[in-house]
Amino acid sequence: MTLNMGPQHPSTHGVLRLELQTDGEVVHSARPHIGYLHRCFEKHAENVDYPGVIPFTDRMDYVASMNNNLGYALAVEKLMGIQVNNRVRCIRIIMAELNRIASHLLAAGTYGIDMGSYTPFLHCFRDREKILDLFEETCGARLLYNYNWVGGLMYDIPPGFEKKVIDFLDYFEPLVDDLNRLLSYNYIFIKRTANVGILPPDVAINYGITGPNLRGSGVKFDVRKDEPYLGYEEFDFDVQVGVGEHGPVGSCYDRYIVRIKEVKESCKLVRQAVAKITPGDVQESIPKRVKPPAGEIYMRTECPRGELGYYIVSDGSLKPYRVKVKSPCFTAMSAFHEISRGAMISDVIAIVGSLDIVLGEIDR
Amino acid sequence: MESIRQLLASIPNYGALPELLRDFIPMLVSCVIILLYVAVLGMFLVWLERKVSAHMQDRLGPMYVGGWHGWAQSLADGIKLLLKEDIIPAAADPLLFKLAPIMVFVGAFAAFVVLPFGMASIVADLNIGVLYLLAVASLSVVGIIMGGWASNNKYALYGGMRSAAQIISYEIPAALALMTVVVQVGSLSMQDIVTAQQGGLHKWFIFRNPFTFVAFFIYFVCSLAEVNRTPFDIPEAESELVAGYHTEYSGMRFAFFMLAEYANMFVVAGIATTVFLGGWTQILPAALVPQLVPGPILFSLKTLFLVFVQIWLRWSLPRLRVDQLMYLCWKVMLPVSMVLILGVGFLAVYWK
Amino acid sequence: MKSEEIAAQLSEKFGDKVIESKLGVVTPWTVVDPGVILDVCRFVRDDQRFLMDHLELLGGVDFKDRIEVVYIPYSMKHGHRHTIKCRLPRENPRIQTVESVWAVANWHEREAYDMFGIVFEGHSDLRRILCPDDWEGYPLRKDYKFPTRYRDMPV
Repeated sequence: MTLNMGPQHPSTHGVLRLELQTDGEVVHSARPHIGYLHRCFEKHAENVDYPGVIPFTDRMDYVASMNNNLGYALAVEKLMGIQVNNRVRCIRIIMAELNRIASHLLAAGTYGIDMGSYTPFLHCFRDREKILDLFEETCGARLLYNYNWVGGLMYDIPPGFEKKVIDFLDYFEPLVDDLNRLLSYNYIFIKRTANVGILPPDVAINYGITGPNLRGSGVKFDVRKDEPYLGYEEFDFDVQVGVGEHGPVGSCYDRYIVRIKEVKESCKLVRQAVAKITPGDVQESIPKRVKPPAGEIYMRTECPRGELGYYIVSDGSLKPYRVKVKSPCFTAMSAFHEISRGAMISDVIAIVGSLDIVLGEIDR
Repeated sequence: MESIRQLLASIPNYGALPELLRDFIPMLVSCVIILLYVAVLGMFLVWLERKVSAHMQDRLGPMYVGGWHGWAQSLADGIKLLLKEDIIPAAADPLLFKLAPIMVFVGAFAAFVVLPFGMASIVADLNIGVLYLLAVASLSVVGIIMGGWASNNKYALYGGMRSAAQIISYEIPAALALMTVVVQVGSLSMQDIVTAQQGGLHKWFIFRNPFTFVAFFIYFVCSLAEVNRTPFDIPEAESELVAGYHTEYSGMRFAFFMLAEYANMFVVAGIATTVFLGGWTQILPAALVPQLVPGPILFSLKTLFLVFVQIWLRWSLPRLRVDQLMYLCWKVMLPVSMVLILGVGFLAVYWK
Repeated sequence: MKSEEIAAQLSEKFGDKVIESKLGVVTPWTVVDPGVILDVCRFVRDDQRFLMDHLELLGGVDFKDRIEVVYIPYSMKHGHRHTIKCRLPRENPRIQTVESVWAVANWHEREAYDMFGIVFEGHSDLRRILCPDDWEGYPLRKDYKFPTRYRDMPV
């Protein structure tokens, strides 16, 4: 029969409609229907000036706003040839990696809820609140920051911020092991996720999947290592891949555990970035009027969900001519019918949760 | 019920009433007492679940309603549910839709009749007590399927079907685990089972021999599946089927389902207490230490401890998938319980 | 491979179907004739020197006199990318689909159809993806008039 996991559903992580053709519990075909959250980001971007696009970029992947802003700011800076100073670079890295931790905590918590385990969600959110408090101290907002501007930052970090960040990391890193004991190494959780939703690496590359979804299939690819930006080449961190410890490589469990391992790597990165901060003015490179020369640029950054790409066409005026966004969740969802072939309804939930989609980014 | 009969017989002119009434009034009084007990129990267990889950999740739970740690929260919720609009979906089958919560509640409530609260506090000491319990537990399945079907909703239907399959499958290892004790006692009556455990901690069936020790855990896990609790709560899996077989229910009908679930939790914990943990007997033999704490209080405490373990498991573990659930029942629980029966049978014959 | 080399190889293989190239900028690009786009894409995916197995972007850009379709494939192994463009007339933009080359193009092309009205010939499921199925008009075109009513509801 046709079962509609409609736009309103506790488990589809947003307004996503999945049309399932089932035979009992087994799903023959699963077609996703998107567009319920389409807010015409690309059309808006053509009607406001370059700095005015940044609040719009926040709202695409609302869970990882810092990374969205960062991608756009870097793209325009590259087009204009602006170099930022070391302080801006370090603070940008700290914010991006903290946001990555927050986003992965949300992904892990909601994945636990999908699997029926309600407690890890609250533990993850308790820790995520601490990160959001740090962000609120810096720029006043908890979720949508508008922080990375073209050429610099909106505000400098408040005094004592570095110490607070280090205190948070000292508090948080042992709790990742607690989360693992509660959820990741739980026998029932492993049985639900380890043999489900296998994504072979060549299929993943053909479908343009990037980020933890691709690394979960064993492909060691990370934009921060392969095409470094912001000075990531000077930092010491590992790229975590799924090794198929409980089932075939590329299962839901691999994608999930890659995110947990990445949280630890992000903690390492934040510590190094805090050690490298130098005094300076974060707004010294911000141009009075952002007017890039005519041309185009494609710039990609590593978001928590994958590789976020901005393709900006400029005609030399104050407003962008075309801003096209390549969103990682969009490509992940396009492969959904392939991954979920022959799964059961409970497995469909597991697969959607493991792809870690945010509808704001898919629909823009 | 015997004590109630004696109490009523002491009223002057009681013997003048017709025989039918003299038989009926004790039954009515017992039912009212048990109904009050179940109602208060339901409210208490809802509050307990909310507090326990809250503290496990690093938060506080109800704190305001009623003053001390929000003890009146479930009372307030009950009143709210009573005042809600009674929505029946237009395409639903009205008779079955209204009957379903009642059937489920009856299945849970009827089991209270044979729970031995104390030496003289049992409503009816049937000589087929255990058999009666297993029979009555199946009534809930009928109610759940009715609820799933009558709602005219695919999600509800899925929930109803899954639940029926789960409950019926898990009744078998649960019954076999109970049979291990029945074989040793030689009687199906619940009071006989409890009196066989009098005489101290070492006489409780859970500690008497290794077979009944394992049988306790088998019974406990199967009873979790009987009451649709995590890790077996596929039928009401919120994240998959919205709310399973009670998706379309609102107001007091939904409250009935919830009350039935908590009553059922108490019943299966009560059965486990009676059969394995000594019921209303105390830890030290009655010959050494007189019974200070009354039987019903002791029984309730032991049962509430098991209910607390059920709540603890719900908020720690993820949920099993339907086929894994079935695999667990038919390929793990059933063979183990059969081996247990064999073992207990050998012991009963060759080692008196 | 550097972008000059890539452009040179493409010119060598496809001759005058490669219309123009712009190198020496931040994002170098090459314009090819729309009729050979499927062969070009297969070539860049399968040829050993290119091995561009990952399509990063497929989008449309609306210029006043033409609509461009932009392809940005990337090679996981070699680490190079190149922008390939096709210029289509505004009145009837039609081009072959490349979903047989990169599976992700399926959804990207649906979005380009939804936003610009570019018809991808041979596509297995060309329907709107972000806008409702019965929406009229192509929103990202520069001459798009925002509708005042949708299905009898004022917008």
